[in-house]
Amino acid sequence: MKPVDVIRSRTVVMADPNVDTDQIIPARFLTTTSRDGLGQHLFADHRFEAAGGPRGDFVLNRPEAAGCQVLIAGDNFGCGSSREHAPWALLDFGIRVVISTAIADIFRSNALRNGLLAIVVEPEAHRRLLATPGAEICVDLRAGTVSLPDGGEARFEIERFARHCLLEGVDPLGYLLGKEAEIHAYEENSPWTQ
Amino acid sequence: MTTPLTTSTGRTLFDKIWDRHVVVPETEDAPAVLYVDLHLVHEVTSPQAFDVLRRRGLEVRQPDRTLATIDHSIPTAVSSWKNGLVDMDVAARNQVRKLATNCGRTGIRLYGVNNSRRGIVHVIGPELGATRPGMTIVCGDSHTTTHGAFGALAFGIGTSEVAHVLATQCLLQRKPKTLAVQVDGRLHEGVTAKDLILAVIGQIGVGGGTGHVIEFRGSAIEHLSMDARMTVCNMAIEAGARAGMVAPDDVTFEYLAGRCMAPRGAAWDRAVEDWRSLSGDPGARCDACVRIDASALEPQVTWGTDPGMVAAVTGRVPTSGASPRALEYMGFSAGEPLQGRPVDVVFVGSCTNSRISDLRQAASVVSGRRVAAGVRMLVVPGSQETKRQAEAEGLDRIFAEAGAEWHESGCSLCIAMNGDRAKAGQTVVSTSNRNFEGRQGAGARTLLASPLTAAASAITGTLADPRPLLHQARRIA
Repeated sequence: MKPVDVIRSRTVVMADPNVDTDQIIPARFLTTTSRDGLGQHLFADHRFEAAGGPRGDFVLNRPEAAGCQVLIAGDNFGCGSSREHAPWALLDFGIRVVISTAIADIFRSNALRNGLLAIVVEPEAHRRLLATPGAEICVDLRAGTVSLPDGGEARFEIERFARHCLLEGVDPLGYLLGKEAEIHAYEENSPWTQ
Repeated sequence: MTTPLTTSTGRTLFDKIWDRHVVVPETEDAPAVLYVDLHLVHEVTSPQAFDVLRRRGLEVRQPDRTLATIDHSIPTAVSSWKNGLVDMDVAARNQVRKLATNCGRTGIRLYGVNNSRRGIVHVIGPELGATRPGMTIVCGDSHTTTHGAFGALAFGIGTSEVAHVLATQCLLQRKPKTLAVQVDGRLHEGVTAKDLILAVIGQIGVGGGTGHVIEFRGSAIEHLSMDARMTVCNMAIEAGARAGMVAPDDVTFEYLAGRCMAPRGAAWDRAVEDWRSLSGDPGARCDACVRIDASALEPQVTWGTDPGMVAAVTGRVPTSGASPRALEYMGFSAGEPLQGRPVDVVFVGSCTNSRISDLRQAASVVSGRRVAAGVRMLVVPGSQETKRQAEAEGLDRIFAEAGAEWHESGCSLCIAMNGDRAKAGQTVVSTSNRNFEGRQGAGARTLLASPLTAAASAITGTLADPRPLLHQARRIA
């Protein structure tokens, strides 16, 4: 995983609450055995007509969305299924940050493991971000700040271990493998391990 | 601030199971390393995880703590099967083959295409007795919460974490908070566990459980069968919860006794003694609590595009506050009565409601009646074992005589990635767990309901309250 530190980008806004992972990538695209190339299916049923043509009214299809790396999302983004294909698809499409007032647990964990910043900010900061689509903002992971469109900044917290892994580009599997002695001792000494 | 005179040191069911599985305690800098007793694997969320191990030259640490099956992408229509061979699309077939190769290479037990114990992963785990109280259980599937019905800590993980568990049998986890859902009173006839959990989600919302493990408690929960408790815990994720749990009791032990992976003899006695100690201590406190009166509940049905958009089947779409987008997608108007909505497809199945008691309930409504003209009803047992049991009881004939389709086991129309799908604009009354846009096919409209309500709607041809049909059935009998 590449280290993540500072991301500067224009924003794209999707204000609907409870956007579930079936919207982010429908299940019919999950028969893949790869994690690559899923960006083409991102929000497939919203981006494309049944016949295959693009839906011009969908926010990600508008010309001004091109190149935006920050998605300002509604409350409880990423609820539903545990499919890691959701952050894979977002990243492959070019989205590197999702900012909301709440993010579903499994999606957030999956996102952070892949270098997609899933950030929760206070409702007032969120409201200002929602109100200014296309704003150029700066997300600084080390400082824990998001610059707001009309000046000022919002603070965000990311779980410390995940933050460390993101900043250093470290894979948490390596950390777990390093606990071999403790895991072995646990397996030897736990009478209730069924 | 005054110091409380007594401090609660009691531990909840969740605390006890968590504490037992901590390999390395959490600190400010790092989450806990948590041991996993049972890792369930299926074809859709595992191939990329096995690739990680192969790329890094890692072995599966505990193949004996891992159990695999195929369920999501396997066709269930009888017409897809001939002489033990199944007709499926190239990508799905490749995925199924890949799981077989990965399991063969690593020594993981696979309940594969032609295995007689194959089924939906959250149905076969309990059925085999692989799911037991006090365990930590994970799977690359959000409905892993189902197994919490046994007093296990069970939750869904992503594919990166599937790789973590394959390689180390552990996960990095911050300890979640706890939410007690206290359900007192008794469910009336015709009102089921599905109606109960839909009502809970309606009350706390689809994000109401985020960051929490739900402990379901109270007299109404204690009176539920294991199948019904699984239905309740299955949908804890639909409230955003990390897991759902019920304290193990005699109902749990009776279900498990004699199952093929359950302990036997003296080992069984020791296990039961230990499992009895898992219930929360008196005075143990959860971080939050909500109360539900089961006696006040009616059959529930969703009218919108998330499981929190729910009302009594005898009720109406809300007159105000309903999401306009959801109403438009579903083809409902604000304030419209729910009963009477024409139905195209009825689906009885999924990890929520495909167990033997669910099939019996649906059959009790359908028995001696005909599915309404123009309605397609699919009945999809959760496992091949459940299918055999239902056939031994003659349930398949009841469904066939009513004009319903009887299928092989699998996830089927819950996820619509296996050939079973609804068409755009069709209304599906479904016993599954998600009414998201497009979940059962692009443009398809899902109304989540109990097996009783689904069956009654199939007979009536419109969304229907099952209770009048239950009473009629009794009079005929």
